[in-house]
Amino acid sequence: MSVLIYAEGFEGKIKKSSLEALAYGAALASKLNTSAIALATGTFQASELSALGKYGASKVLHVSDQRMDETPVAAIASAIAAAANAGAAQVVIMPKSALTDSASSKVAVKLKAGVVNNVVELPDLTSGFKVKRAIYTGKAFAVTEINTPIKVLLLRKNAMNAIANGNDCPVEAFQPSFEATDFGLKRLKVEKAEGEILLPEAEIVVSGGRGLKGPENWHLIESLAKALHAGTGCSKPVSDMDWRPHHEHVGQTGVKVSPNLYIAVGISGAIQHLAGVNSSKVIVVINKDPEAPFFKAADYGVVGDAFDVLPQLTEAVKALN
Amino acid sequence: MKILVCITHVPDTTTKITFTDQNTKLNTAGVQYVIGPYDEYALSRAIELRDASGGSVTVLHVGDAEAEPTIRKALAIGADDAIRVNAEAKDAFFVAEQIAHIAKQNQYDLILMGRESIDFNGGQVHGMVGELLGWPAVSPVMKLDINGGTATLAKEIEGGKEYLEVALPLVAGCQEPIAEWRIPNMRGIMSARTKPLAVVDPVGSDAGTTVAEYQLPPAKGSCKMVDAANIKELVDLLKNEAKVL
Ligand SMILES: Cc1cc2nc3c(=O)[nH]c(=O)nc-3n(C[C@H](O)[C@H](O)[C@H](O)COP(=O)(O)OP(=O)(O)OC[C@H]3O[C@@H](n4cnc5c(N)ncnc54)[C@H](O)[C@@H]3O)c2cc1C
Ligand SMILES: Nc1ncnc2c1ncn2[C@@H]1O[C@H](COP(=O)(O)O)[C@@H](O)[C@H]1O
Repeated sequence: MSVLIYAEGFEGKIKKSSLEALAYGAALASKLNTSAIALATGTFQASELSALGKYGASKVLHVSDQRMDETPVAAIASAIAAAANAGAAQVVIMPKSALTDSASSKVAVKLKAGVVNNVVELPDLTSGFKVKRAIYTGKAFAVTEINTPIKVLLLRKNAMNAIANGNDCPVEAFQPSFEATDFGLKRLKVEKAEGEILLPEAEIVVSGGRGLKGPENWHLIESLAKALHAGTGCSKPVSDMDWRPHHEHVGQTGVKVSPNLYIAVGISGAIQHLAGVNSSKVIVVINKDPEAPFFKAADYGVVGDAFDVLPQLTEAVKALN
Repeated sequence: MKILVCITHVPDTTTKITFTDQNTKLNTAGVQYVIGPYDEYALSRAIELRDASGGSVTVLHVGDAEAEPTIRKALAIGADDAIRVNAEAKDAFFVAEQIAHIAKQNQYDLILMGRESIDFNGGQVHGMVGELLGWPAVSPVMKLDINGGTATLAKEIEGGKEYLEVALPLVAGCQEPIAEWRIPNMRGIMSARTKPLAVVDPVGSDAGTTVAEYQLPPAKGSCKMVDAANIKELVDLLKNEAKVL
């Protein structure tokens, strides 16, 4: 018996959301009186993987096959299912991402497991196995009972605190047997988005809306983001008009973010935008219209002109550091 | 080329969500239902592909008769025919089983879906269908072109875009900017009334998951206003009160 956690990486580093999934898995494993085993796929330095012990893994299985670096979803799903079988996992946990949305559904079919996405809390084990998940793009929650022997959970970002308080753990090579079709997609090329901070992983996000008037003013957003080590986002019309790339568009039909701090500048706060940000811990709204609906969803608000407020805010943040 | 497009019937994105019956049912009073926005991208791309190279577009929905106006709308937008599996969509796996069953009976080259439904946001039906059929499944797809028996597509990955090539058949979960949404015209709306809509019975198993209870997030406290002339105060509050800096 065990709890298996898939530790997704990005460019040789285990993602922060994976550390949260590990902390979740370790907490669940101790409730279930069993151990938390991590699985990583692709190229990592040994120290990066053994450090997962600090977050609660008792050991790490490592599929070092270099083909995994291209993140082939089907092969990753096969590896996760094989590791779950090898360790008789009762629960498989993954951080939610574009990759795991797809991989988890394949894992669930392979393991005949019920799967729940966007999990926000540790399960309630008092009768059956019930987990709380966000639905309607964060507008509500569903307490969901999983009735299958094996359970697959995808953890929403920031649902758990990842704290390093244990010791390094052993890392074992793991070689699953792949199916012929697992590498059936041919990668032609990859385009990297500019900017170093992945929006869904960012601790702080600074977003601009139509109130910024045009792409030539985005340096104001970027300067503040840089001072805060934040990711940058935007509203849908901003990406529709090609002021900003599509992958920055936050909301119901774009990226869903749950940072510690979301700063919205010149965004009115339409319900579809709020749907992508409503699980942020703290929301700051800067808008020249005191009636902008976004203020109702905000923790802190400034009524003012973005072109005045942004430079001042950037300076004040810099002064802090 | 035969394309199957799977659509959801979901509350419009502006809906304020509330529940009834001791928090076990969505309160549907006043709720406007629409085709899932991502599904609509899938449908639009399917119609473009058919118009470019021939074939047919079938829409499929798993759900009860209340969804028929939504299905008719998909026909008005340009799908050729429709299938409704007459069953409550119990969970993603149940829906995937229905779709896979229909796909096994008909020879589709391509199954297009949305990247996720906007009610349950699982993002999982396409992957399950791919697994059940033994077909490749790719999501979220932002660009899709078909050349003979080969698909080339752009998929969003963490930190960028990946371009892939794969032989058909294929399942894809779609998102913008794969196609422009289409607005049904008068002719489409008229012809939709007479296009075939088959109703079939469900197959398969019990649901692996069930909802015990719905909950709403706690109400947000009031917003603390900071004077635009005193931005330093905002930074102080974020650092010392909210503790996020
Ligand atoms: C199906 C559907 C899905 C959608 N999905 C999304 C989504 O995922 N994400 C999303 O963002 N939108 C989405 N939308 C669009 C959404 O409804 C709004 O139209 C959009 O969010 C508005 O963007 P905005 O706030 O930037 O622009 P506006 O609504 O035009 O607001 C601009 C704001 O800037 C303020 N402003 C103007 N000048 C200044 C200044 N100098 N300084 C400070 N403030 C200023 C104004 O007071 C105003 O509040 C969706 C819509 C539909 C129908
Ligand atoms: N009840 C349903 N009927 C038909 N297609 C569905 C249904 N539920 C989900 N889908 C399809 O599967 C996609 C992903 O849904 P989900 O896994 O629920 O996020 C949707 O965008 C639809 O294309």
